[in-house]
Amino acid sequence: MRRYQTPSQTVGPFFAYGLVPEQYGYRFTSIADHAVAAPATEGTHIRIIGQVLDGEATPIPDALLEFWQANAHGRYNHAADERQDNLLDPDFLGFGRTGTGTSADASFQIDTVKPGAVGEGQAPHINVVVLMRGMLTHAFTRIYFSDEEALNAVDPALANVPENRRATLIGKRDEASAGTYRFDIRMQGERETVFFDI
Amino acid sequence: MSEQRMDWTSHPPHVHPDYKSTVLRGPTKPLIAIDHRLSELTGPVYGHDSVGPLDADLTKNGQRNGEPLGERIIVTGRVVDEDDRPQPDTLVEIWQANAAGRYIHEIDQHAAPIDPNFLGAGRCVTDGEGRYRYITIKPGAYPWKNHYNAWRPNHIHLSLFGPSFTSRLVTQMYFPGDPLLDLDPIFNAVPEAARERLISSFAIDVTEPEFALGYVFDIVLRGPQVTPAED
Repeated sequence: MRRYQTPSQTVGPFFAYGLVPEQYGYRFTSIADHAVAAPATEGTHIRIIGQVLDGEATPIPDALLEFWQANAHGRYNHAADERQDNLLDPDFLGFGRTGTGTSADASFQIDTVKPGAVGEGQAPHINVVVLMRGMLTHAFTRIYFSDEEALNAVDPALANVPENRRATLIGKRDEASAGTYRFDIRMQGERETVFFDI
Repeated sequence: MSEQRMDWTSHPPHVHPDYKSTVLRGPTKPLIAIDHRLSELTGPVYGHDSVGPLDADLTKNGQRNGEPLGERIIVTGRVVDEDDRPQPDTLVEIWQANAAGRYIHEIDQHAAPIDPNFLGAGRCVTDGEGRYRYITIKPGAYPWKNHYNAWRPNHIHLSLFGPSFTSRLVTQMYFPGDPLLDLDPIFNAVPEAARERLISSFAIDVTEPEFALGYVFDIVLRGPQVTPAED
């Protein structure tokens, strides 16, 4: 029997105590938070910081971001990734979630490890879901890395993106702060972040 | 490309001017299609070990010194894909206002009382047949500032991951016969033919005598994906 998809609805302004309660100080447990990686996770530990900006370039203080990535060996912790040569890391699920409402400048920060390349010519990247009040259906984007120029140049998803928009998908390494990358998400405007139809 | 994309006959658009916050927040440039590879075919898996013993009973998990106020309800349903295949071991995250229409969230300024015994957040996991069930308090309607005299219909927020990154769903469950539905720009942003899928049904066989009314709400996630691209 054919069934039809349940429509999406906005996450609304009041998601924090349900989806990221510990970050916001509510008395409920979180299934995930900004620490995508644990201290014991294998790989190069990195931090990604940024803001989510609306069509007037105002930082959005009630966005929710979710992150899904492969481990340092380029392996996803999921049954559909059957590549035994890329080792699983028992200390890494690869999912994180954070709201933008607990810092004064509405910035987010995640602590993770740099994902390995997944193969098939792909550059290392982190998959991102963007949700907020005012978004009826969530958006998908990706974070690539500015220090992976050679792989970025041949990545098949980036190849689908017009050249003048690719920079919106590249997390910029902060030369002043080792292991830190900057990635802002612009919902609209000339430099609107590329969102994917997957 | 044969992979399935976002079904815009089911989902609301990114910009829907009647819902004012979309105007500066919804993406306006065309989405860019990409082939499905492991990044799309995998996704986070949270099963039974992510749910605590009281998480599926919102009438109990926020208690401090007594029972929460309001009308107890039981909500159940099946999580399936578009081929009606059950989605077992799938996490359902839940959050909602209390019976007075007030969220515990500190930025909610609506002058309705907070219930000290109600948090309004919970979670449950589907069983082997894709069935979930939780107990809660029927949420109240509440005003918002989208337009003059704007009120959100009674609703419960739900979040599901499903089997892969492409099946992510965040939605809201509504109640049958709510006169506010016709006036709500968030509900009406959904294509007309798909709106009724967001409304639960009252069910006497889910209702428990001397305890709580029962509602049924099935959740249909985006269907299975084809194999990854070869190139």
